[in-house]
Formats: sequence, structure tokens, C-alpha cells
Amino acid sequence: MTTVFAQSEPVIPDFGRGSACERDDDALFCWSWVKDNWADTLQPALLQHIVLTLIAVGIGSAIAFALALAAHRRGWLATPIVVVTGFLYTIPSLALFQLLVPFTGLTRTTAEIALVSYTLLILFRNVLAGLSGVPAEVRDAARGMGMTERQLLWKVELPLALPAIFAGLRIATVTVISLATIAVFVVDEGLGDPIYTALQQTFSTELLAAGGLCVALALVADALLVLIQRAISPWSRTVRR
Amino acid sequence: MVADGAAMNDFLDALDFIRDNVSLLWELTLDHLALTGASMGIALLLALPLGVWLGHLHRGSFAAINISNVGRALPSLALISIGVALLGIGFVNVMVALIVLAVPPMLTNAYVAIDGVDGDAVEAARGMGMTPTEVLLRVELPLALPLIFAGIRTAVVYVIATATLAPLAGAHSLGDIIVDQATYRLPGVLGAAICVAVLALVAELLFAALQRAVTPRGLRAEQRRDVAVVGPPASTETA
Repeated sequence: MTTVFAQSEPVIPDFGRGSACERDDDALFCWSWVKDNWADTLQPALLQHIVLTLIAVGIGSAIAFALALAAHRRGWLATPIVVVTGFLYTIPSLALFQLLVPFTGLTRTTAEIALVSYTLLILFRNVLAGLSGVPAEVRDAARGMGMTERQLLWKVELPLALPAIFAGLRIATVTVISLATIAVFVVDEGLGDPIYTALQQTFSTELLAAGGLCVALALVADALLVLIQRAISPWSRTVRR
Repeated sequence: MVADGAAMNDFLDALDFIRDNVSLLWELTLDHLALTGASMGIALLLALPLGVWLGHLHRGSFAAINISNVGRALPSLALISIGVALLGIGFVNVMVALIVLAVPPMLTNAYVAIDGVDGDAVEAARGMGMTPTEVLLRVELPLALPLIFAGIRTAVVYVIATATLAPLAGAHSLGDIIVDQATYRLPGVLGAAICVAVLALVAELLFAALQRAVTPRGLRAEQRRDVAVVGPPASTETA
């Protein structure tokens, strides 16, 4: 499947589709190329990019959430988890993708492992900060009402932690959308693919179109998360600073 | 899935590659650092004075805080490719892209740091007869330094990571080897990837140590409770 494509060496420029605008070096951007190549190049890449991002943020959230709950119960876990996830966060993406190749090959798995590893620090820290930011009086009041520890977590602490959790989700999502373009070096999926192809031909229309799509995707995702947060935590709207 | 023994061998080959190509790797590391240093130097000159000034006046918070959100939304590969489309290829153009990436975290942190200095401390300083310049230099800046350095640290690691992409736009860095798998094969790519990772981690630790060194003694006790030891500062994240 995709592995077969990825393993073949550098992308061979597709000379077959040379439209007038591709041959004209002076044209910075022409819409006709975008229109002609939307269906077979840009749209599939955009959809793959969204799938790559959703999988990475989904798995990253699950792991970070579990880690944050563990660290919330046992405070001493926080520092080692921050050190390990911080270590992963610091490794440049291009290097991390390549370092995983001996283990998982030129596959989507390699891309996802690296992308997930970049979400962990941000999500873990924000979930934990949100949970530990709940005032002690609120906890006491909930316990006084007879809540069990589980009810306290789900009905009091998590709802109050939502703003911090969403702040983390927004950063993690935008970061993954940005870094997923680098995944093109291990798997030819996502918007990195047209960007990389265009870079090798210095074809500005495709560069600007794919690069612009990527920025737009990040901004739209960020705005969507803000809307979702407002929808599921209506009480926080009135107390915004 | 490749067997673990094979993965082990790949890494041993990578270490051999590093041993056999020390001079090449050293030269590319210097290129990498030159690109990082030039971009960071200019970005510092642009971001810090502006951030500190706006923070001192408590003005422009919307712009100063949101620029880092917009900056984060700019994918580095897309930015470099847009740079290639608009400016062509070469050292200077990669540098421009890196500056664009480095300014937002530093500007936002400088602003948040100065803006967030305890109002009572500023008032006390004024009460002691300090001029606005003295307040800035002797009260606000020292108290804000840790957070300002956190921004610089974030930017340095980001720039080192992104400088790896420089060969795509016609400049040299350790990325030369990583993106040229056809010439260097997997051992070379892995060897260079190890070098880049080490470079980023060393920069991170170095700037973390610097950040600790510039933290005034009075603030250190508070810092210890903070779990945010590595990576971007927490303050810009909940903003």
C-alpha cells in the first residue's frame, strides 16, 4: 500500500501535468492550477493531513490524560513524566522521524508515534495544571456533600479543569498540524507531500497553495476547538478575564 | 515491522558513520549553528525590546499574546516553502523564515513577563523615588528575566529543529545529510539525526541552566514548586 510508494527513493517530478502556469517562471500563483489539481492532489493531501492529526491528537490525549490522572493521585510522578516527555518534545521532528525508521519502517505508524510524542508534554502539563488548580475549598465542599473520589473527579475537578485542558488541546493540535508536514520524509501522506514535490521543482503556485492550506487548517482547527470548549462549558463564558 | 536486532545494527552502523565522518558532521554542525545564531541574534534584537517596552507600558496585550498563537500555527516546512516561493533560495532566505518562527515566543514571553511583574513591587520602587527607567532596569527586568529566558529557550530549540530543513531551501545544516538519503543511506541519515537530537538537547539544557542562573534568589524558592522544568513555559500556554 502506502509503504511501497514511500520506500521508492526521491519523488520523481510529475512532468506530465505541466500546465501553462507551471512552465511560466514569472507566475507567482495561478488559480487555474489550484482548480485543476484540487481534486487529485490538494484535497486528498488535506484529508490525509486531517486524519494524521486526528489520530495523533486522539492517542496523545488518551496517554497524556492517563498520565495526568496518575500524577494527580501521586504527586511524585509529575517530575519524571515531565522530564521524559520534555526530552521527546525537544528532539527535532525531522530527526525523530528518521530515528524511528529502523523500528517501524517507512510507515504511517512511524509518523504517528513521532507526532503523538510531541503532544504528550503539552497535554500532560495542561491537564495536570487544570486538575491541581481546583481550589481546596471546592474539593472540601464536594466531599462534604458526600461525593466519592470518582464523582469528585468527574463532576467537579474535570469540568473546572476544562479551560486548561482545552488550552493544551489547542496548542497540541496546531503543533501536530505543523509537524505533520515533516512526516513526508517517512510517508508520502498529508500536505507535506505536495509541499515537498513543489519544493523540488521550485513551483511557487503549489508551494503557496499547500503551505497556505496548512496554515488555514491550523487556524480553523484552533477556532473549532474554541467553539467546542464554549459549547461544552457554558458557565465559563461569563467569567472570562 | 523490522526485527529489533536489525534496528540495533542500523544504529551501530549509524555510530560507525559518525566516527568515519567527524569532519563533515563538524562542518555541518558549524553551518547549523551559524544559521541558528544569525537568526536568533536578529530575532532577539527585534522581539525583546518590543516585548519589554509594550509590557512596561502594559499596552498591546492582545497583539503581543496572540502573535505567539499565530506563530505556532505557521508550519515550519510551509513557511520555508512560502519563503522559497517569494524570496528564492539561500542562507538569507532561510534566515528570514527562522526569524519569523523565533520572534513570536520571545515577544510574547517578554511581554507577559514584564506585564506580570507584581504591581506592589513597582509601586514600592516608585515610592522609593525611582525614575521609570530605573523601575524598568532595576525592578521589572530582574523579576521578569526567568520568563524572558524561557521564551528564548523555546525559540532556540525551535530554530535548531527548523534549521534542519535548511537544505530544502538551499542553505547548509545537519539536515543536508538527513534529506539526502540517496547519497548517505540509512546509517548516514540516522547518524545525522542523532547529531541534531543531541544538539537540540544540549541547547535545551544549556538554556535551562542559564535560566536558572539569571533567576533572582528571591524567586528560586517559588520556581521549585513549578513542574514546568523543560519545554515551553506554562504561562504562554494558558494565555
